[in-house]
Amino acid sequence: MTWLEANRSYVLDMLLQHVQIAVPAVLISIVAAVALGRLAWRWRRVGAVVLGATSLLYSVPALPLLIVIPVVLSIPLRSDLNLIIALALYGTALLAGTALDAFRSVDPRVREAAEALGHSRAGIWWKVDLPLSFPVLLSGIRVITVSTVSLVTIGALVGIQSLGNLLTDGFQRGIHAEIVTGIVLTILVAVVLDVLLVLVGALVTPWRRRTPRARSRRRADDTAAVSA
Amino acid sequence: MSLFGDALAWILDGGHWGGPTGIDTRLWQHLAVTFAAVALAAAVAIPLGVLIGHTGRGRLVVVATAGAVRAVPTLGLLTLLGLWLGIGLTAPLLALVVLAFPSLLAGAYAGVESADRGAVDAARSLGMSEWQLVLRVELPLGAAVVIGGLRAATLQVVATATLAAYLSDTGLGRYLFAGLKSRDYPQMLAGALLVAALALLLDVALAFVQRACRGPAPLAPSDAAPEAAPAKG
Amino acid sequence: MGIEFRGVSKTYADGTVAVTDFSCTVPSHSTLALVGSSGSGKTTLMRMVNRMVDPSAGTVLIDERDVRELDKVALRRSIGYVPQAGGLLPHRRVVDNVATVPVLTGTSRRTARADALDLLARVGLDPALGRRFPSQLSGGQQQRVAVARALAADPHILLMDEPFGAVDPIVRRDLQDQLAELQAELGKTIVLVTHDIDEAFRLGDQVVILRTGGVVAQTGTPQQILAEPADDFVRDFVGADRAERRLTTTEVDGRRIVVDGDGRPVGVLA
Repeated sequence: MTWLEANRSYVLDMLLQHVQIAVPAVLISIVAAVALGRLAWRWRRVGAVVLGATSLLYSVPALPLLIVIPVVLSIPLRSDLNLIIALALYGTALLAGTALDAFRSVDPRVREAAEALGHSRAGIWWKVDLPLSFPVLLSGIRVITVSTVSLVTIGALVGIQSLGNLLTDGFQRGIHAEIVTGIVLTILVAVVLDVLLVLVGALVTPWRRRTPRARSRRRADDTAAVSA
Repeated sequence: MSLFGDALAWILDGGHWGGPTGIDTRLWQHLAVTFAAVALAAAVAIPLGVLIGHTGRGRLVVVATAGAVRAVPTLGLLTLLGLWLGIGLTAPLLALVVLAFPSLLAGAYAGVESADRGAVDAARSLGMSEWQLVLRVELPLGAAVVIGGLRAATLQVVATATLAAYLSDTGLGRYLFAGLKSRDYPQMLAGALLVAALALLLDVALAFVQRACRGPAPLAPSDAAPEAAPAKG
Repeated sequence: MGIEFRGVSKTYADGTVAVTDFSCTVPSHSTLALVGSSGSGKTTLMRMVNRMVDPSAGTVLIDERDVRELDKVALRRSIGYVPQAGGLLPHRRVVDNVATVPVLTGTSRRTARADALDLLARVGLDPALGRRFPSQLSGGQQQRVAVARALAADPHILLMDEPFGAVDPIVRRDLQDQLAELQAELGKTIVLVTHDIDEAFRLGDQVVILRTGGVVAQTGTPQQILAEPADDFVRDFVGADRAERRLTTTEVDGRRIVVDGDGRPVGVLA
């Protein structure tokens, strides 16, 4: 604890920096994955190609990606942007398939009824598809949030600051406490964001509470989330 | 973009092949570390996963552990072990085994669990012992899912083996770190391309194995489970 | 408001022929029941009215206006629609489900909700159920909500797609009676799709029996169809030969008792 006390402002800086990279990356992933998932849902064949490409992208390791992106996009290697783009690519690759599953989980009878009642195309999207696919989507968002937060640390290896710096710096200088602090805080950020997501999820899907049927459905989603 | 050309030239340069730091040596090291880690982890994780899937006990523990391990930063595990065990191959190998474990375990239990309960029930009433059930019914039926777990674990390990070069003189990651240190972008990029190519190749190969295991059944059980989402390295 | 089908046909992209040259007029304030087994095109015909399906040939007119001249979305909002079981929006409370169309057309949420509570009472539901989500209601209650929702914007036309198909027979009977009562009071123009001939006879002023491919087997009032089935297909479909349709009367203690073909008494002749 003494190390932490002596370096409180440095740790806090790194923590803030970490969040500033992770959160935009997750947000971009969500938007991109929802768009891709929607595309794949609408046009099956295009979707298969796009989802195949993203899953291929996912198999490219993170560190090499961090080195390739600056060359392709002509941005500096040691920039937050580089890391945010890399993480967003992974997040999108991981979430796009879940987004497709989410849209497929919407009961077509409900969509049909909404259309017959006179919802416009946009109305069906905002009032039916999005809210009803949200639970499945959220399970995927939780997965990418946790993995993104953990992955931010890799940036430290090429000189992008985050809690990862506590890991590399601690290793080079042989300070156990620094590494442990880095690990614990990274997990803490992931847990806090995850709890926030669960709370938001419960708040915006009140129809999934109370009934036994909803409960069992929710359990199924949770299992999917963990194994996805 | 000409950097890609430089990187390619670097890879094709005969001087970078052969010898203890040659591309071929590094490639074999990388593969050897990957296979060693996956094999070690599989030796424990797959039997354990089969047991859990067969008995249905301890499932929640597995799910919770898998989730928790995903939150641990790989680099943290690597540096912490490195500090304890010193520079060398032991620390990264141990870290890789730990990382491969959850995917393999989840794949094994989900695979066994995914076997059609009706078929398992029927086999049991035919008089199969529990062992025979596992070996002749559950594992064959769930093979694609088990391989899915193996694929996820391998992908994760081959990626993280790059980071192993941070602690030891092993694998393709050396080119990345050497390039970073000496600001030799072509070398760094060459290393990156080699690792990426290796990972892609392994993934595609395992995807084929997985597909072959899925067999002729048109209504194969969902293999969505362990295919994705390891923490990346 | 009358509806007219004028020589409509529908062939789907995969080559399936759903409807073949169908013509029929539904006078205002009357109920048309489209009956047939699956594949008879009855749902396709109904869906042409609110343009969920556009005919491959022919036209559908509402009050002499071709529906294709009308904006799809506005048209749908002006027509009440009762879907099969499962068509309620599972994520909206019952009261908001009923208020859906008025809110879409710009009524304030508060007013629409107040009206929705009144409508729930009219279809025989406790307005307190308005706070629940659809999954917390029974199947019969859900379909009552669907009827209330269809009536919310006070449309002239009501489309009903096998509205009571998924509820058990006793509840179904109850729902049918209630619908008949509402209709006597409201006088909507209704197109009802069903595979249940008894439901068609009970609710339809005019009944159309369809064969596979949307070919009309017979059109007429329930009485006409029962009295003179056009052919064996119709005879078979309405079960005109079934024992429970062959009623005779016998006199017991000076009152005329109606007895079916199996000799079971089914009622007293007034």
